[in-house]
Amino acid sequence: MLSEQPSTSVNRTIDARGSFCPGPLMELIRAIRESEVGTVICVRSSDRGSRVDIPKWIEKAGHRLVGVNEVDGFDEIVVEKLH
Amino acid sequence: MQRVLILGGGVGGTIVANLVSRKLRSQIDAGEVEVTVVDQSGNHVYQPGFMYITFGNEKEQGLSRPERSLLDHRVKLVVGEVTRIDEATHSVTLASGESLGYEHLVLATGSRIAPEEIEHFDSQAHHFYTAQAARRLREALDAFKGGSIVVGIAGMPYKCPPAPLEVTFLIESELRQRGLRAASEVHFCSPIGRAFTIESVSDMATPVLGEKSIELHTFFNVEAIDPERKVVQSLEGEELHYDLLVLVPPHHGAQFLIDSGFAPAPGGWLPTDHHTLAVGGRPNVYALGDATDLPLSKAGSTAHFEAPIVAERIAAAVTGRPLDAKHGNYTGRVMCFFEIGDGKGTLLRFDYDHPPKPPKPNRVWHLGKVLFNKAYWRTVPRGRV
Repeated sequence: MLSEQPSTSVNRTIDARGSFCPGPLMELIRAIRESEVGTVICVRSSDRGSRVDIPKWIEKAGHRLVGVNEVDGFDEIVVEKLH
Repeated sequence: MQRVLILGGGVGGTIVANLVSRKLRSQIDAGEVEVTVVDQSGNHVYQPGFMYITFGNEKEQGLSRPERSLLDHRVKLVVGEVTRIDEATHSVTLASGESLGYEHLVLATGSRIAPEEIEHFDSQAHHFYTAQAARRLREALDAFKGGSIVVGIAGMPYKCPPAPLEVTFLIESELRQRGLRAASEVHFCSPIGRAFTIESVSDMATPVLGEKSIELHTFFNVEAIDPERKVVQSLEGEELHYDLLVLVPPHHGAQFLIDSGFAPAPGGWLPTDHHTLAVGGRPNVYALGDATDLPLSKAGSTAHFEAPIVAERIAAAVTGRPLDAKHGNYTGRVMCFFEIGDGKGTLLRFDYDHPPKPPKPNRVWHLGKVLFNKAYWRTVPRGRV
């Protein structure tokens, strides 16, 4: 599991806290669809499954996982849209 | 006069209307309370039956009854399309121009499908969310002589989460019975990293997919259909050839909920309290069924178990009595049958705190679903179970 401070600046933040699997992933997918290539998106999720599911999806979809950070009881997963 | 206005005559709206009219019978008879249902068509449709148009001998006529025939005689029914809710004046406007006021508002407006959001959906893909589409899928299966069948999901959330898996199992079963299985491939595409959103159900269904040689494709979010090459493409960059394509269309909440500031675009799902079912912190507006943003199945069963909570809260508010806490707080209870094919099924029973533990698929739960479909009209809408 990655746990690093994202050096890339975030362009868009999705607050999916309180939403359960697959809500945060679906919110990220919607944001990826709507965003330009190069956009850096941060997903905030309180569902513990997100820190596993979302990086797996990012790998499959061919985007870049910038980082996964735990902040005040929730996770911030940062991804860069590559294509 | 206290006016209880219920938008939607599906499972949730109909049960709430009947339960409220039962609880407030004397107040209604005394002219102190009025309960009104507004429904777009005036017909109550048993949507879980659509799948049995494709895979059983169900007929469209058997799946619809006049809403009036299901409502307590104390409940008023207005047939019309809602275009707006005005919170400032506590009123709802219909397409006809008619305006209806409320003190207590129930949003049981369901979900709507939007296949038009995927280009070529109508000409290339089948679904089972209307009687007409279910009939068309039956005709396509009858004409199918072998090849590749792809079942996928073109947007979440959607109505009846087990349905695409059930349809996949039922198609595979039918192909075997018709001697077409060796000449066919069956693919099931899941938008997430497993076969089903709930882990325990996924753990039950995944080995069944394997036993039936159904190929599972995870993280397959349907992005586009190429009708020339007969391939369906995913956002993740995969593509699958199809001879018969079955897709769950994108779903949304009612547009007027977005237009009226009750639900955010583009989904249109109402921000609903998990336990009180109040909408956006409003003390006199409730939501149930598909219309909510609750992390639960969009299914008639959910609405069925939510309806008594809404009815209890409204009855307590109208009469000024204390809320019955046991019957006035929703625990996330849902119960639904799950078809596995070959005349077998299982049962999903869960709430917010207890995930389902589906029993091993057997004939009993398949027959349970068949019986429930038959008993529905006499029991559920009238609030008898």
